[in-house]
Amino acid sequence: MTRRDAAAELTLPVGKRDHIQGPVDAAVTLVEYGDYECPHCGRAYPIVKAIQQRMGPRLRFVYRNFPLRESHPHAQQAAEAAEAAGAQGKFWEMHDRLFERQFALDGEYLIEYAGDLGLDVARFRKELEGGVYEPRVREDFRSGVTSGVNGTPTFFINGARHDDSWDVEPLLSALEEAAAARR
Amino acid sequence: MADAHPLPAGSQAPDFRLQSAPDQTASLGDYRGQPVILAFYPADWSPVCGDQMALYNEVLSEFEGYGAKLLGISVDGVWCHRAFADGRKLHFPLLADFEPKGAVARRYGVYRDGDGFSERALFVIDGDGIIRWSYVSPIGVNPGADGILRALDAVASEGSPA
Repeated sequence: MTRRDAAAELTLPVGKRDHIQGPVDAAVTLVEYGDYECPHCGRAYPIVKAIQQRMGPRLRFVYRNFPLRESHPHAQQAAEAAEAAGAQGKFWEMHDRLFERQFALDGEYLIEYAGDLGLDVARFRKELEGGVYEPRVREDFRSGVTSGVNGTPTFFINGARHDDSWDVEPLLSALEEAAAARR
Repeated sequence: MADAHPLPAGSQAPDFRLQSAPDQTASLGDYRGQPVILAFYPADWSPVCGDQMALYNEVLSEFEGYGAKLLGISVDGVWCHRAFADGRKLHFPLLADFEPKGAVARRYGVYRDGDGFSERALFVIDGDGIIRWSYVSPIGVNPGADGILRALDAVASEGSPA
C-alpha cells in the first residue's frame, strides 16, 4: 500500500528508564531526541528552557540521545558522559553543561565537567572509558529510528512527532494545543 | 504541483542502470536476491545536519541487519554526488538520474515536472524485484527510517511471494 501517513509516533513510551523533568501527571509531555554536538540542538536548548519556564508544572520534558556519529565525532561520547553523570544523579546538570559548552566536548573536557559537578571523577572516567553506557545510548538511538526521528533535534508532543518549527512560539502553541486536547 | 503517483506495492520494480561513480554503474538487477531500498530525494546538499541521507548513513547497520542494500538517487550528476558523499562521509551509493534527466524517477512515478527534480520517495523492493512498500513524503519533511524498517520487517517475516 502506498501511504501518506500522519506524523510518526513514539514507539518507546516514556517510562522509568527516561530522564524526566516535570510532574508525571503534566498535561503535556515533550520528548526531545538530541545530539550534544548538533548546532541545531544547541539552538533548541534555550528554547526548551524558555518553554519549561513558561509552562511550569503543566509540562513534562524528556531527553533522549540521538548522536549522529558519522557527522559529529564527539556526539556519542558526550551522550555517554551525560548518562554516566546520570548514574551519579547529575544527568540534567551534565546535559546543560554539554549544551552550554558545545564547542568543548573532547574527552578531557568531559572529565573536567564531571569534576565541576562534584561527581566521583574516577568512577566517571572508568565508566566512560569502559563504554558502560554505550548500549543505553544505542537503545535511545534505536527507539528514535523506529519512532521516525528524522534528524536532530526531533520533538514528540504527547507521543506524536512535531514536524513544524520548534521556535518558541510555534512549539509553545503546539504544546498548548496538545494540553487543551487532553482536558 | 501535481500529486505524485508512486508505483504501488505489488508492482514489478522497473529495472534501470545508472552511474554510481564516474567509472561505475549500478543496476537494480545487480541486487536480485536481496531487498533494496530505493531512496529518491530532491537534491544533494540540503543545508541541515541529520538530513535524510545523513540519517540513513547512521542507520545503515540496521538496514544491513535485514541484508538490504540502500541506494540513494537524485537528478544530480555523478561528480556532484561524489563531492556530496565525500563531504558527508556517506557509506552507500548515490545514483545519478541525470541523463535523460529524471528518467528513472518518472518510471517510478515520482518526478516533479516543473521543479525538475524528484519527490522525496521511498521504495522497498524484495529480492524478486517486486515493490513491497512505497511512500512519498511531503517535500520538506525528511521521512525518517521507521517506514523502511517496518517494510523490511514485513519482507523478512513474510518472505517473498512465490
